[in-house]
Amino acid sequence: MTTSEVVVEMQHIVKQFGDFKANDDINLEVRRGEIHALLGENGAGKSTLMNVLTGLLEPTEGEIKIKGEPVQIDSPDKADELGIGMVHQHFMLIDKFTVAENIMLGNEEHNAGFIDEETTANKILELSDRYGLKVDPYAKVEDISVGQQQRAEILKVLYKGTDILILDEPTAVLTPQEIDDLMRVIRSLADEGKAIILITHKLDEIKQVADQCTVIRRGQGIGTVDVKETSQQELADMMVGRAVSFSVDKGPAHPEEVTLAVNDLVVEDARGLNAVNGLSFEVRKGEILGIAGVDGNGQTELIRAITGLMPSQSGSIHLDNVDISNKSPRYITETGLAHIPEDRQRHGLILDMSLEDNMALQTYYKPPLSENGILQHKEIEKHAIRLIEEYDVRTQSEKEPASSLSGGNQQKAIIAREVERNPDLLIAAQPTRGLDVGAIEFIHKRLIEQRDNGKAVLLMSFELDEIMDVSDRIAVMYDGKIIDIVEANNTSETELGLLMAGVSREKIVEEHKEELSVGD
Amino acid sequence: MIEVKTDSWLKKISVPVLAVLFGFLVGAIIMLIFGYNPVQAYSEMILGVFANPYSIGEALTQGTLLIFTGLAFDIANKAGFFNIGLSGQFLIGWLSTIAFALQFPDLPRIALVPLSLVIGTVAGALYAGIAGFLRAYFGTSEVIVTIMLNHTILQISNYLTNFVLGSSSRTERVSENASLSMEWLTNLTDYSRLNMGFFIAIIVVVLYSVFMKYTTTGFEIKAVGLNPDASTYAGMSAKKNIILSMLISGGLAGLGGAINGLGTFGNLFVLGVLPAEGFNGIAVALLGLGNPIGIVLSAILFGILQTGAPFMASRAGVPNEMAEVVIAAIVFFVGAYYLVEWLFEKFGNRPAKGPASTDVEGGVDQ
Repeated sequence: MTTSEVVVEMQHIVKQFGDFKANDDINLEVRRGEIHALLGENGAGKSTLMNVLTGLLEPTEGEIKIKGEPVQIDSPDKADELGIGMVHQHFMLIDKFTVAENIMLGNEEHNAGFIDEETTANKILELSDRYGLKVDPYAKVEDISVGQQQRAEILKVLYKGTDILILDEPTAVLTPQEIDDLMRVIRSLADEGKAIILITHKLDEIKQVADQCTVIRRGQGIGTVDVKETSQQELADMMVGRAVSFSVDKGPAHPEEVTLAVNDLVVEDARGLNAVNGLSFEVRKGEILGIAGVDGNGQTELIRAITGLMPSQSGSIHLDNVDISNKSPRYITETGLAHIPEDRQRHGLILDMSLEDNMALQTYYKPPLSENGILQHKEIEKHAIRLIEEYDVRTQSEKEPASSLSGGNQQKAIIAREVERNPDLLIAAQPTRGLDVGAIEFIHKRLIEQRDNGKAVLLMSFELDEIMDVSDRIAVMYDGKIIDIVEANNTSETELGLLMAGVSREKIVEEHKEELSVGD
Repeated sequence: MIEVKTDSWLKKISVPVLAVLFGFLVGAIIMLIFGYNPVQAYSEMILGVFANPYSIGEALTQGTLLIFTGLAFDIANKAGFFNIGLSGQFLIGWLSTIAFALQFPDLPRIALVPLSLVIGTVAGALYAGIAGFLRAYFGTSEVIVTIMLNHTILQISNYLTNFVLGSSSRTERVSENASLSMEWLTNLTDYSRLNMGFFIAIIVVVLYSVFMKYTTTGFEIKAVGLNPDASTYAGMSAKKNIILSMLISGGLAGLGGAINGLGTFGNLFVLGVLPAEGFNGIAVALLGLGNPIGIVLSAILFGILQTGAPFMASRAGVPNEMAEVVIAAIVFFVGAYYLVEWLFEKFGNRPAKGPASTDVEGGVDQ
């Protein structure tokens, strides 16, 4: 494979924004038929580099050669022309359009001005057969699963005749089984002679599928290694720049009395369907209950119902033996809840307000932050300064708007605000989404610290690793129900993956007896 | 840090100032096209206002009303609503204040003035509250509801003026005890209509600033306006804040109307169109950048423009319609100050660009 032609050559790429070098002398060489991983922490400069390659940004310095020809990629159209295509992490599909319509967008097959959807659909079917990318071209995007949407995105890129394919964090939203499928697709694309650039921070995926791996750290190219000859530990150390500990350091849990008790809960989603469909569980003091599951199986609605952001139709929710079902968020918060919300920019922060006001968002109406309805700005400032220091929130000043902080620091600010109130129950929904290894380590530590202080913690995450590392018990949600609750140190990724796909444990035991014994 | 802040503060100020200058410029171009002398027209306008105390008093009278409607628009805007019903709330304040004052002409001044003003304020608040309530509980667009309420009150007011409260298109004047005029102010401004309302406006501006900056309720209104989802998450009641902000907004507009009634005119008459103070309040609030001091300054500017426009016609020979067009151009640029902001971003603050790849050694030669 190493003898095949080099199709992408990026040499000494520098991209400067003001004084800040997002890319500082990075080299990247990708060959035909190769899967080339691009590894780096959040903000390391991976996206900037790819934006340079796809014509969204112009490099300050450096040279790009595509198939040996020096080129200047000054627009996305130019990138298209050169056969460079990218599948973005956040899908760029129009929900109301069919898969076929989305795919032909901008490249419509037409007959005297009339769109020829049939020709397009046939072309799509041919492509999807060839690479095993199963998706119904006539289905509307809003009606298909996330995995299928991703296939539609890949087809969209292939449809344009792309032979240099960039995939940005493609597995973030998929189940383990869907990930396996995707990896097979990527491999078959490479075998056909396409060059694949895989942006990721998941080391096991790189080990599984990539041939070469280029590591970027703080905007600098650290080097390119042969994946087969490099261990995961070595890759991680290269990425972070120090020795990283993978295992989350935690002792055994000491669960005590029940803090949160959910009974037979039913929650309707916006369409009036039972998103949460009669489920029950308990979280005890001193334990972390993880909620695993594929996105869209009712996790979001469950957490919104518990936190008072969404009404429940039947069943009960008790926090510290107080019925909190269908109570206001303020009442539930006062009862003893802290909530790190799933969407930190929509629910967790008011981005246009200052950091200090955001830090006061849950307690502004109480002394010392206000007295008799009058805000005490001095106290609000002191409160914020203390939290910024304690939780290592990196910001220029507490007066800066929350929007000026990086994602990791925004999350730290929310955690500081929530944990500081010393709640009986801490709900963390997707607390590390989009964050880098360092921030993840910090957040996991804080969650476990809460547990060790005798608090109950409910962790909802789509990241299996996170659920397995941090939780004591794992409840798997499927189709609005808890399909099973397993002990974290007594399960395997395979078992969880199957549960997440809706296969009950009895069935798993029946069909996968051997695999399971290996997995343990 | 300080440098960054000064920079953005300066920039903030320069945007509305440029908007006003642009407005004058476009007005001048229009006048030139139609063969009038803009320099003469503008100088007559400015001189007309500042050369005599009467006009200054009139400009401040007009500015006073715009301070109320400007603040009224601002608080709804901060809570995330577009209160286009200021005119209706202004009118219902005017109407109910006059109705009350006519009903009790013999109450002592110390009681009649405050009571009448409170009646006007409450009427405006409740009238806007309808839109707030419908928005909070049924998700009805406050824009449509307030527009309809505008027309409703215009017809009601005209009917009552003609057939119930007064006759032949106007009501009686309210009694001396209900008047807001102050003798020394009247004398100082050469018998202009400037009245106590001006000082009430200043007090309200101070209270408003304190309310928005220092109270938890003001904090909640701002929070709900900036991000309703996060505010709900933080335990604030979106419904409560929607209704409250509309009540305050309508109350401020209603108080403006009440002062217009007792102070400027002393009676109510049949109106052909909705009072312009409501719509101009929107421009005043936007030009004032949502800052109480800014709102006061822009309200006074508008007062000057409106008082000065007739001088363009009478002294510079610019037809009245043309004067209106020039004022409209200024209002347009003020309202569209985002356009100015955009021009500013584009041409005023060009970031230093790094060398293109063709400029550096080993770069692409094409």
